[in-house]
Amino acid sequence: MAHNNQLDSWEVFMQARPGANYIHQGSVHASDRKMALQNARDTYSRRGEGTSIWVVPTNEIAASNPDDSDMFFDPANDKIYRLPTFYTMPEGAKQI
Amino acid sequence: MTQQEALFKYILRLGDNALIHSHRLSEWCSNAPFLEEDLALTNLALDMIGRAQALLQYAGNVEGKGRTEDTLAYRRSERQYYNNLLVELPNTDFAYTIARLLFISAFEKEYYAALQKSADSTLAAIAAKTLKEIKYHFAHAHDWTIRLGMGTEESHQRIQNAVNDWWMYTSELFEMDETDDQLVKDGMVPDLKALYPAWLQTITDTLKAASLNMPVTGYMQTGSRKGIHTEHLGHLLSEMQYLQRAYPDAEW
Repeated sequence: MAHNNQLDSWEVFMQARPGANYIHQGSVHASDRKMALQNARDTYSRRGEGTSIWVVPTNEIAASNPDDSDMFFDPANDKIYRLPTFYTMPEGAKQI
Repeated sequence: MTQQEALFKYILRLGDNALIHSHRLSEWCSNAPFLEEDLALTNLALDMIGRAQALLQYAGNVEGKGRTEDTLAYRRSERQYYNNLLVELPNTDFAYTIARLLFISAFEKEYYAALQKSADSTLAAIAAKTLKEIKYHFAHAHDWTIRLGMGTEESHQRIQNAVNDWWMYTSELFEMDETDDQLVKDGMVPDLKALYPAWLQTITDTLKAASLNMPVTGYMQTGSRKGIHTEHLGHLLSEMQYLQRAYPDAEW
């Protein structure tokens, strides 16, 4: 078969404990939300790694383009006054 | 039959059902339709093997003759196995595997919920742990039954064939013999007949949601309570027990 017979791709995010950030784990194939959740559970949380899972259709994620990385990420690096270490702490200041 | 003998035989039945079903599911390893389902099916097999281990270990303790879970799993022949016929039948295809999982998990969902109230504290504890796993097994089978039933013409036909063909093996799940009668009287185990209406309702609802027809009830298979099996169990055991038979007491 020449055509793509894989199911849709979903990105998996998992929370290790209540209140923690959801962290990207990887992706799974699935045809619907329930299957995506079950597959994510079976693939990434079989040994008690998580307490909660999010799945998101991969094609719903807007990603920055590597070609734009200069525009997106460079400007911050050469302006040292943007970093807190640029400023000296006034002597005796306790509440900073 | 003393209560000890009845309990031993009864726990073997529970352990054997988990062990043999686990083995069938493990045969999907590297053969499932896609990677995630491969992991899912073998994951279910691992749940079941854990349950089999706990149950057969307890059976060995109840018997009190020094047999371990390994001796019971690897050194009995088919006539000494008491699993339901349904779990030993070949996987056939993915639809048959899912239909079997649906029938069995819908039964075990009711069964292990009831077994939690057992007067035997070990069985009650195993039941509580098992029930969490079974709920997931049922969800997996239920959702796939609906996907296949509502999928393509071919997937619909395949799951309908599977449901029809397995139906004759389902009444055995509820069969009770003298072990059941004795242990039910003592509050040790559930009355299987009482679980049937809830099971039938679950199956009816699931098949309806999948736009599948209820199978027609005709001749019903039986035999496993007496250790009488289909020709498939011997082949399964010869594969499963090969290592311990060829190299007794081998460890790894």
